[in-house]
Amino acid sequence: MTRGRAFFLLLLAGVAAATAGATALLVSIFERKAEERSPYVRVVDVGEDDTDPAKWGKNWPAEYDSYLRTAITTRTRFGGHGGSEAMPEEKIERDPWLKRMFLGYAFSIDYRDRRGHAYMLADQEATQRLTKPQSGSCLHCHASVMPLYRQLGGGDVFKGLDETYKHTYQEMSKLLHDSGHAHPVGCVDCHDPKTMALRVTRPAFIRGIQALAQSDAPVPALASIAEWRRGKRARPYDPNADASRQEMRSFVCGQCHVEYYCAGKMPLTFPWGKGLRADDVEAFWDATTFPDGHAFYDYAHAETGAEVLKAQHPEFELWNQGVHARSGVSCADCHMPYMREGATKVSDHWVRSPLLNINRACQTCHRFSEEEIKARVDVIQQRNYDLLQRGGQALMALLDAVQAAKAKGATPEQLAPALKLQRRAQWRLDFIAAENSMGFHAPQEAARILGEAIDYARQGQVAAVTVLAH
Amino acid sequence: MRRIALAAALGVLLGLAGFTFRYAEGLSYFSTDPRACANCHIMRRHYDAWQKASHHAAATCVDCHLPQSFFAKYFAKARNGWHHSKGFTFQDFEEPIRIKPANAAILQANCLRCHEDMVHELVSGARTDRDAVECVHCHATVGHGERAGLGGPPRDDERPTEGRTK
Repeated sequence: MTRGRAFFLLLLAGVAAATAGATALLVSIFERKAEERSPYVRVVDVGEDDTDPAKWGKNWPAEYDSYLRTAITTRTRFGGHGGSEAMPEEKIERDPWLKRMFLGYAFSIDYRDRRGHAYMLADQEATQRLTKPQSGSCLHCHASVMPLYRQLGGGDVFKGLDETYKHTYQEMSKLLHDSGHAHPVGCVDCHDPKTMALRVTRPAFIRGIQALAQSDAPVPALASIAEWRRGKRARPYDPNADASRQEMRSFVCGQCHVEYYCAGKMPLTFPWGKGLRADDVEAFWDATTFPDGHAFYDYAHAETGAEVLKAQHPEFELWNQGVHARSGVSCADCHMPYMREGATKVSDHWVRSPLLNINRACQTCHRFSEEEIKARVDVIQQRNYDLLQRGGQALMALLDAVQAAKAKGATPEQLAPALKLQRRAQWRLDFIAAENSMGFHAPQEAARILGEAIDYARQGQVAAVTVLAH
Repeated sequence: MRRIALAAALGVLLGLAGFTFRYAEGLSYFSTDPRACANCHIMRRHYDAWQKASHHAAATCVDCHLPQSFFAKYFAKARNGWHHSKGFTFQDFEEPIRIKPANAAILQANCLRCHEDMVHELVSGARTDRDAVECVHCHATVGHGERAGLGGPPRDDERPTEGRTK
């Protein structure tokens, strides 16, 4: 091969590579321009009965892809799932006082770390708590259950909801599987299939937020409720019509990440009629009676017999008391922050701890390094954890004192004041223990509640000890 | 024969490159039009936010973000242009976007270019000092409001005040 020919071939190859590069660049620019013009293309029609997210994923692949990632195991210092790949670790084994606090309730049998949204239905179907009778209400938040509610209520989802508590979990689960809608909560549960606008669907949330609006409890983070109260109140507060888009970015999460009653004596209830603080919710439950006339309680404690409350996971309630809520920061701002997908902007549907996504979740507002932000959160959560453990010890001391008094012949009448204080202490302790932010959603409020928990536990201990002294 | 083949190949390359340049609105980058900075979509929100921020009436993108002398200006344009097109084409940049030290120095110089007479007591001789006062450290909102980038929660002045007394 002559030098001239080699040079020619080399040059030709160079020109070919440069042409390929220029074409690739052109195509890339073309794609980005197209993305900006039309952020999504609706290739299939979706409707109210399309509970399978895979179908929606054809139209909104970026959101669907990130939603699928909720199946990935994630872990932060205080949250998430250790243990085996198969099942998360047991919380009640790690903190034995939790187990003793729950004696007499199914949570003392099985209470594990959380997993992502993808597992909500599978984990519920696998829990050992189902060895005890559980009500059909539980599916409100673990499945794409709206078509089944419409079917049970003849089109009226409120009627449908009111049917479910009468059924066992197993009966409702069978109905759900037979209906073909046995999916975890998905697209249709928060989005209007016609417009993709955010909307709330869950009847228990709508009832709860309406009761909150009817009350005069302060709602510093929920301006649309204050606005509705000022108006004519001609119709009940309607989150889907009255709330701002920013409020909806929290309301959709508040459909489930809340405190509620979910067992078989009355319909699923969100206890917001007197406000959202732990004390308000307690006052609501204290004023509630079951249809049989008995005062409201979640379970009778197996050791002391006290009729106590079980806090579920009041994230929405605690967030409402914090500075982020007050500053207009919604759940989605931190747990589903905006991200770029080429030239478009989408919400990250991989719902997870902001600590796993600090640059998008926190640094949008807080101009500090990731290490600094993480360190600040760690200080808040460690303080909350320490106070929580101290509360656990105080409650155990109360239970010990009651047991000792009983062993020495104290009567139920004599112990009644101590048991009343057990209910108060346990409620506050559990409110923060069950809440999934280790105090971060409202650190000062969490400390206030734990301080009261410790005080009530020690007061109860004193009350039980005093019974013996007399 | 070879020359013809090479000429043809080069012609295709030139035509394609020229078309890409035009399609990408390459000439706009030699202008001072702020819209050019939002060409590649990334700066769309920064552009939108600038339109509503206080400096909108007084300064455009290049007034704050580029040096004034010819060579320094085109050097900065070329360097940032390269970083931005590489980052956007390969989608490999860090979020949130933050100004880098060299560009922060240009920005600071431009603050002083207009405001030096008022602030020379504060910042004289301390532009490069590690402890130098950076204007935007406190006046962070003059260019793009409180938050540009991908956006976040609404700013306080965008929210209703109703019901926030307690």
